[in-house]
Amino acid sequence: MSLLKRHVIFETNSILLTIGILFVVAIGGLIEIVPLYYLKSTIEEVEGMRPYTPLELAGRDIYLREGCYVCHSQMIRTMRDEVERYGHYSLAAESMYDHPFQWGSKRSGPDLARVGGKYSDDWHVEHLINPRSVVPASIMPGYPHLAQRELETNALKANLNANRIVGVPYTDAQIENTIVDLRAQTNPDDDNVDAFMERYPGALVRSFDGDTDRVTEMEALVAYLQMLGTLVDFSLYDDKANLR
Amino acid sequence: MGEGGFIGVMVLTALLCFVIAGQALDMPMRIHTVLGALAAMAAAFFTLNRYFKRPAELPPQEIDGKPNYNDGVIRFLTLISVFWGVVGFVVGLVIALQLAFPALNFDVEFLSFSRVRPLHTSAVIFAFGGNVLLATSFYVVQRSCQARLAGDIAPWFVALGYNLFIVIAATGYLLGVTQSKEYAEPEWYADLWLTVVWVVYLLVFLATLWKRKEPHIFVANWFYLAFIVTIAMLHLVNNAAVPVSLFSSKSVIVWSGVQDAMVQWWYGHNAVGFFLTAGFLAIMYYFIPKRAQRPIYSYRLSIVHFWSLIFLYIWAGPHHLHYTALPQWAQTLGMTFSVILWMPSWGGMINGLMTLSGAWDKLRTDPVLRMMVVSVAFYGMSTFEGPLMSVRAVNSLSHYTDWTIGHVHSGALGWVGFISFGAIYCLVPWLWGRKQLYSLKLVDWHFWLSTIGIVLYITAMWVAGILQGLMWRAYTELGFLEYAFIETVEAMYPFYLIRALGGALFVVGSFVFAYNIYMTIRYGDREEAAAAPSSAAVPAE
Amino acid sequence: MYETLAKFSQTWGLLYFVILFAAVLIYALWPANKKRFDDAASVPLKED
Repeated sequence: MSLLKRHVIFETNSILLTIGILFVVAIGGLIEIVPLYYLKSTIEEVEGMRPYTPLELAGRDIYLREGCYVCHSQMIRTMRDEVERYGHYSLAAESMYDHPFQWGSKRSGPDLARVGGKYSDDWHVEHLINPRSVVPASIMPGYPHLAQRELETNALKANLNANRIVGVPYTDAQIENTIVDLRAQTNPDDDNVDAFMERYPGALVRSFDGDTDRVTEMEALVAYLQMLGTLVDFSLYDDKANLR
Repeated sequence: MGEGGFIGVMVLTALLCFVIAGQALDMPMRIHTVLGALAAMAAAFFTLNRYFKRPAELPPQEIDGKPNYNDGVIRFLTLISVFWGVVGFVVGLVIALQLAFPALNFDVEFLSFSRVRPLHTSAVIFAFGGNVLLATSFYVVQRSCQARLAGDIAPWFVALGYNLFIVIAATGYLLGVTQSKEYAEPEWYADLWLTVVWVVYLLVFLATLWKRKEPHIFVANWFYLAFIVTIAMLHLVNNAAVPVSLFSSKSVIVWSGVQDAMVQWWYGHNAVGFFLTAGFLAIMYYFIPKRAQRPIYSYRLSIVHFWSLIFLYIWAGPHHLHYTALPQWAQTLGMTFSVILWMPSWGGMINGLMTLSGAWDKLRTDPVLRMMVVSVAFYGMSTFEGPLMSVRAVNSLSHYTDWTIGHVHSGALGWVGFISFGAIYCLVPWLWGRKQLYSLKLVDWHFWLSTIGIVLYITAMWVAGILQGLMWRAYTELGFLEYAFIETVEAMYPFYLIRALGGALFVVGSFVFAYNIYMTIRYGDREEAAAAPSSAAVPAE
Repeated sequence: MYETLAKFSQTWGLLYFVILFAAVLIYALWPANKKRFDDAASVPLKED
């Protein structure tokens, strides 16, 4: 059979053409994605990473729902000005429990990877309700509805469980106590604070919106913002050991 | 599957939707399942109704030895793409104004920039662009195969099912239903539905290819096939998710962190490569030769163009992640392939432009052809800019700024927009059996309004992006960062105004476009029946 | 692991790339295909 004959088969057979296309386009993706799961150097060894508390996870879901990623990145690049403006460059390990990731692609507003602890809770609440009351030149939309609406928790436990299915190491106790932990984190006087702190070492416990009677969407979002980029202990982190 | 089977499946779907609606954990899920149930019941009802009304015989494959083309569904897809186009452009103008005047967010959750921007991107890419691709692919595959579109209800299922997906996605964004993955925001149930529709689309397309008269498959169909197959692969991998519950609109993506970033931009860049490029190149390879009445300049080049384009594009994703926590080897791979990609892109551009050799004079007399040729020129411009921006050093400046937005729009408005307008201007007289468009003068107006709009848009974004990138990295003599972030936002104001002006011109142009299409269909001179077998000889749909 | 992968891609990966491109070129430029391709280039011009 001549070479020519083979060409004819290829260009006249739509199934072969389809398979040829799939073969050609599958290669690139496989080579770029699969090694990221097997090369140890992809994700650094760090101290301090833990799964999100139920309150933080709920806050993160509000961050997703409102589309904050449209204007805010969570990825500090390895460039001098970014490190000086925002803090230590982001590590892959810091988003290892983010399903999906929130690195973003556009900075109409500043990067938020390390916004945690930079502003007070009051500032965040005020800023989210009316951005121009604290930053006059801001172009951010206001989100006053967050402060008025109580946090919907009927799917939160299932949410933690779904996160466990995709690989976030939530323990049985953490999933079992989803709602208990949510209450405990927002009220320092709660009976379950100690147990909560044991389940989520280093988590912040306080009323993030000054109202201990109820948990609002605002409270969850502020709790999430206040922990962003604060988990990894950079005093113990060795840059050189993780060169890639 | 016959009509009976289809009705059965639709009734079951409606039941399932009602069950979920009754137990739904959140309001968006309830709204969407009720919507799904209503759509499924309507599909069942109309199929049943049609079964009793239609002649016992299905439409013949041929009439008097000529293929009996199925154009009804293409007419629907053409009109709906004009509609979504206008909607998408108007929404784009609204969010452009919101960035200049934040009061326009009205502090209402459904109207905030952050929820409306995904509406804009999806409306123009998937609603406008997607429907144009469906319409033209159904047209081109029939004509180039000289065969009637395969399937009886299947093409209508694809057309209506796809637009149901659009409605679910669009309402979802405003209600806050999102996976937060750019250009893949719709949640798990919308993704599942799209998968079903897409598989049927692939089958209709392949089955029509199998019916073709001549052995060779025309190159435009290669591009359409690559678009359909690759988008299916990307969609399935990028949207892999575990729903929180069957009764919740929320899901958790399987991938996380750095791997998810890689998967997302592998998807994101190839949505550009295979949806917005391969699919629209298929339009170029059919409509430009057809309109210019010239054969493709070099068919050999089109084959090399095809294989090298699809091979190279798939690697380019990591250039969206320069200097991030993605390992450097992946960034380097992405950059290398992006730069090489310049070659096949320009090969394709040359092939499109040179198809006019011997017919250059038509550019003066035919504004529709001019529109398509300028679109190829914009394609050339943005496929030069793209590789440039994928170089790490350039990207360190351009990334996260409005330069990227400008780049996207030179491709989206200039290339995808213009080639789509051109194709629709061609299709409408052909599909409705009109001698010509209502007014070529109005096409001229549309062309100039849009071109000036695009130029204003992209130049404003170049200046804005480079300015902001430079301000972020500016240092004072003492070695401190010179500008606070908010100062770099304030500096954007004049450029956001110019951008909005450019966008407004483009929107006005699209109104002229829609009016011209309407008038052509409503009042255009009918072609003689004999000269237009494609429309006149088709039995009632 | 990384070194092995890098080495693999710089040899076999490159070879695969070159072979694929050569195959496409040969196919596109094969003299016997010329007639068919010329016909195909005029497919859009056929009357409906």
